[in-house]
Amino acid sequence: MSTDRIEKRVVLRAPRARVWRAISDAKEFGTWFRITLDGAFAEGKTVRGRVAIPGHEHLKVEMQVERIEPERYFSYRWHPYPKDPAIDYSAEPMTLVEFTLQEAEGGTALTIVESGFDRIPLARRAEAFRMNTEGWGGQIKNLAAYVS
Amino acid sequence: MLFAALGDATRLSLLRRLSVDGPLSITRLSEGTGVTRQAITKHLNTLGNVGLVRYARRGRERVWELERKRLDKARAYLDRVAAQWDAAAARLKAFVEEG
Repeated sequence: MSTDRIEKRVVLRAPRARVWRAISDAKEFGTWFRITLDGAFAEGKTVRGRVAIPGHEHLKVEMQVERIEPERYFSYRWHPYPKDPAIDYSAEPMTLVEFTLQEAEGGTALTIVESGFDRIPLARRAEAFRMNTEGWGGQIKNLAAYVS
Repeated sequence: MLFAALGDATRLSLLRRLSVDGPLSITRLSEGTGVTRQAITKHLNTLGNVGLVRYARRGRERVWELERKRLDKARAYLDRVAAQWDAAAARLKAFVEEG
C-alpha cells in the first residue's frame, strides 16, 4: 500500500453533468464540502475560504486550482487537514487533490485521489493527533497490512 | 520527515522484514537482497532518525527492530485523512442524488 496517496471511488446516481457542476462550481462544492469560498474556480487561480462547520469557522482553506477539464477532471493543491489557525503552512509542501469523472451504469463514477503525503513533515502528523477531537476507531492496523 | 522515510522500496521492504521476522542483524537483513550492507545500514539509519526502527547491540553486531508505535501513528494519520474523504464523498453523493 502506498504511503503517499489516498484513493476513493464512488458511484453517484446522478448524470455526469450534475456531478460535474457539484464539483466545479465553487458554491456547490462548498455546500457539500462544507466550506465557504470567495470566488469561482479557474485554472491557476487561488480560491480562499473558511470551513463552514459550526465551531470550525476559524479554519481557513486555500485551494490552488490546477486543471479543469469539463465533465472529466478537476484538480487543486492545498494543505491537507487538519489545520491549526495558529500555524503558518505556507512553507509546507501541499498535497494534490484530483477528481475524475467517468460514465458508469446508472450514474457517474467518481474517483478522488489525494497524493503527496510522503512530503508532509513529521510535525504535521503529530499535530493531527493533538487536534483530533472526533476520535476514530479501529485505526491501529498491524504493520504487515500497512507495508504490504 | 516520517513519510519521506517511508517512501522508498528498500526501506519499506526492510520494515516488512522486521515486521515478519522480528529483530534482525544487518547481515541477515542484507541476505538475498542484492543491496550492500553499507546501503542497508544507511537505510536503517534513515528509518532510525525518524524513530521507525531502533537497534540494540549484540556482541559486535547491531540488531534492528521496529518502533511499532511510531509506524501506527503514520498509518493512523492517513486513515484520518481517508475518513474525512469518505465523509465528504458521502455528502457529495447525497447532494447530487437528492438535488
